[in-house]
Amino acid sequence: MGSRLLLRTGALGYLAVLLLGPVVMIAYRTFEHGVAPVWSALSTPTAEHAIYLSVLVTLISLPLNVVFGLVAGVAIARRRMPAGRSVNLLVNLPFAMSPVVIGLALFTLYGRGGWLGDWLSGHGIQVLFALPSLVLATTFVSLPFVVREVVPVLEEIGTDQEQAAATLGASAWTTFWRITLPALRWALAYGVVLTAARALGEFGAVSIVSGNIVGQTQTLPLLVEERFRNFDAVGAYSAGFALALISMFVVAAMTVLSRRKEH
Amino acid sequence: MAEAATVARRPAAVRLPVARIGSALGPGAALLYLCLIVGLPVAALADRAATSHFWAAVTSPQARSALQLTVEMSLATAAINVAAGVLIAWVLVRDDFPGKALLNGVIDLPFALPTIVAGLVLLSLYGPNSPVGVNVAQSRAAVLLALLFVTLPFVVRSVQPVLLALDAEVEEAGTCLGASGWQNFRMLVWPAIRAATLVGAGLAFARALGEFGSIVLISGNITFHTQVASVLISGQVESGDTSGAAAVSIVLLVLALVVLASLDLAVRRLGRRRG
Amino acid sequence: MSIDVMGVTKRFGEFAALRDVSVSIDRGKLTALLGPSGGGKSTLLRIIAGLETPDSGRVYIDGRDMTEVPARRRGIGFVFQHYAAFPHMTVWENVAFGLRVSRADKPTTKRRVDELLDLVHLAGLSRRYPSELSGGQRQRMALARALAVEPRLLLLDEPFGALDVKVREELRAWLRQLHEQVNATTVFVTHDQEEAMELADQVVLINAGQVEQVGPPEQLYDNPANAFVMSFLGATTRLGDVLVRPHDIEVLADPSAGTHEAMIERVLGLGFHSRIDAVLADGSTVTVQLTRAHAQQLELRVGDIVFLRQMPGTTVTPAPIPASDDQVVGR
Repeated sequence: MGSRLLLRTGALGYLAVLLLGPVVMIAYRTFEHGVAPVWSALSTPTAEHAIYLSVLVTLISLPLNVVFGLVAGVAIARRRMPAGRSVNLLVNLPFAMSPVVIGLALFTLYGRGGWLGDWLSGHGIQVLFALPSLVLATTFVSLPFVVREVVPVLEEIGTDQEQAAATLGASAWTTFWRITLPALRWALAYGVVLTAARALGEFGAVSIVSGNIVGQTQTLPLLVEERFRNFDAVGAYSAGFALALISMFVVAAMTVLSRRKEH
Repeated sequence: MAEAATVARRPAAVRLPVARIGSALGPGAALLYLCLIVGLPVAALADRAATSHFWAAVTSPQARSALQLTVEMSLATAAINVAAGVLIAWVLVRDDFPGKALLNGVIDLPFALPTIVAGLVLLSLYGPNSPVGVNVAQSRAAVLLALLFVTLPFVVRSVQPVLLALDAEVEEAGTCLGASGWQNFRMLVWPAIRAATLVGAGLAFARALGEFGSIVLISGNITFHTQVASVLISGQVESGDTSGAAAVSIVLLVLALVVLASLDLAVRRLGRRRG
Repeated sequence: MSIDVMGVTKRFGEFAALRDVSVSIDRGKLTALLGPSGGGKSTLLRIIAGLETPDSGRVYIDGRDMTEVPARRRGIGFVFQHYAAFPHMTVWENVAFGLRVSRADKPTTKRRVDELLDLVHLAGLSRRYPSELSGGQRQRMALARALAVEPRLLLLDEPFGALDVKVREELRAWLRQLHEQVNATTVFVTHDQEEAMELADQVVLINAGQVEQVGPPEQLYDNPANAFVMSFLGATTRLGDVLVRPHDIEVLADPSAGTHEAMIERVLGLGFHSRIDAVLADGSTVTVQLTRAHAQQLELRVGDIVFLRQMPGTTVTPAPIPASDDQVVGR
């Protein structure tokens, strides 16, 4: 059928220009001059610290959001959390906010003259331009994913199994660990993958709160930007490629997990 | 992934028979966490914006231009995504060709790829050193390009499951009754995917409003021409004008919330009409 | 409109749904495509409709080669097993669809739709949505919708398969009536031989992608072309090397020409008839159906030796060779 081919061409053409071209370019531009420059660009102390920092921040914010996601998810799905509408709003706010706005909000709160800023610095705790702000920003932007994956599954499976466990004498913790959590396996995994990806790739918010201090508060995405601005193309693309590579794994994980969670 | 914004909607469920001592602890802690991580910063932001200079900051020529550009670009993004997203979803669901499964997976890439890398890559392909001779750097086209990239999956992923669930026989019935492919789409398929498309477009719009990382390298940040609101805010923070930045931020935030809320309403009203 | 299918083959991957099928369907008649599930009858119907294209062969409708013509231009009406109702349109809008698509003017559309809704007894429900209707009502709506475009050919794919028994019976009778009224060439697919026998002027029995027999129902019943046709259309039992109807078997006390010796295993009284199971010398079981009176007259008891043979002049077909290897040694 002629129209079928036309539609296919249109869709593929759009995707080629917008998506496939850029994907191919990542690899091409990165390895234009061979593998060695890429490797050395990623082995500089700056780069190594940036990688370390990005991973560290992710590894701190991820469990926080997972625990929150599970606790809040259960509370929301089982109607034990009050004020449904405002909780809804707060949870989805990170999706509606520009990353720079998020960064600014944190800046306002923890900076000089902010509600918590003065008090904390008075006690010798530095938030902005230091690790805590990175964690706060990353946690903010990646907060919703686990909750949003967990709640629909919890609502769908209902409370029957949990009630049965309760009548058999299981404690809340046992019920959660042995009944609820296994049912959430795939949805939780999917949420974790999305959270980690968002955390690793965060740019806008951390660019505001970190001060982008090389070797101290410069995450990998910030490194990409700085190298680009310093005309270090190979350096920028190498760092970018490292992030892109992680994204490809994320996409693969997303594909596999999304099928599993729909069982 | 790109579902409607609400997290919970159904009326009160059955309460568990066993009283749990720690049962208040969980929701309480979660609420505290939420307020601390999200609520408090946003409240602080609103507070910082609520100065006597709010209107001046928001209506300054630079702010007005940036906001107008942002809204225009976001609307264009949403509109193009409706057409492209539905088309792509259609082809992915109804058509078959080698590599389709792989392509389907790649659609999620803009979700997973850090925005700064997206910007870098778009710049390398459509910027000064373009291998295909296309250079849109430092233009509005570049902004649109970046926005289309990062919002690509929203409408596609929103519409795909609905298309998959559609009864193929409904369209066959339409065909037997004399409808052309387009008539089938317009009269039978579109009413079924309308709501999902709207949701996806809304999410794309809200995302586009605040997009930063992919734009910051490619747009050139030319005031009054390619400076979007998020980049303006970033510049204002750098120059120390936090209350000005906060003012523009609040406008942007309110805009996004209003759009998402009205879309939610529209979708609910659409859902009511269906037989 | 008459339909001529010539040498049609259709494959889905490895599976051959139809193999070199040729059949002629008479104009103006109500024809049944009958057969077991997966036999190819729905595929044939859809090829006639133009919803599928054959891998080889031609389809002629009223003498014109329609093989390449798309479904929307064949002038057919199609009714699906699960109604394929347009969920977001009212009953009225559903029925009006075909007319709107062809851009008929409003008065014509209104007149025709109202007419048809009266015909199918759905006039009072025209503002409802399909989800608010029962299965039977939905199917009547689907029929009205198909008829709205005045098709020269009406095709129904297991139209009553999804309905309750009682509704099915009602609609069956009603379809026959409708056919007499509307007089379009009608072809319907069914796996229910009772339905086909009751409704059809002509039956096409399809099995495993091939046509087994074509003809009026009585002909298929009384003169089956082979064992499959015979067993599909009614109960059969095997007596020696032929298949015979259980009620066509004589039970004799003494051996005679052509009788088989058998021992009675079971005697069941089932209302007005009795069923006898008897075992032959080779171990196979024969089922005999007698009227209650006749059974009582013969005073049959379990363990009795009797002699069975087919009644003269009754239908038999050669029995198929059994799949398992249980041939008696020395035969």
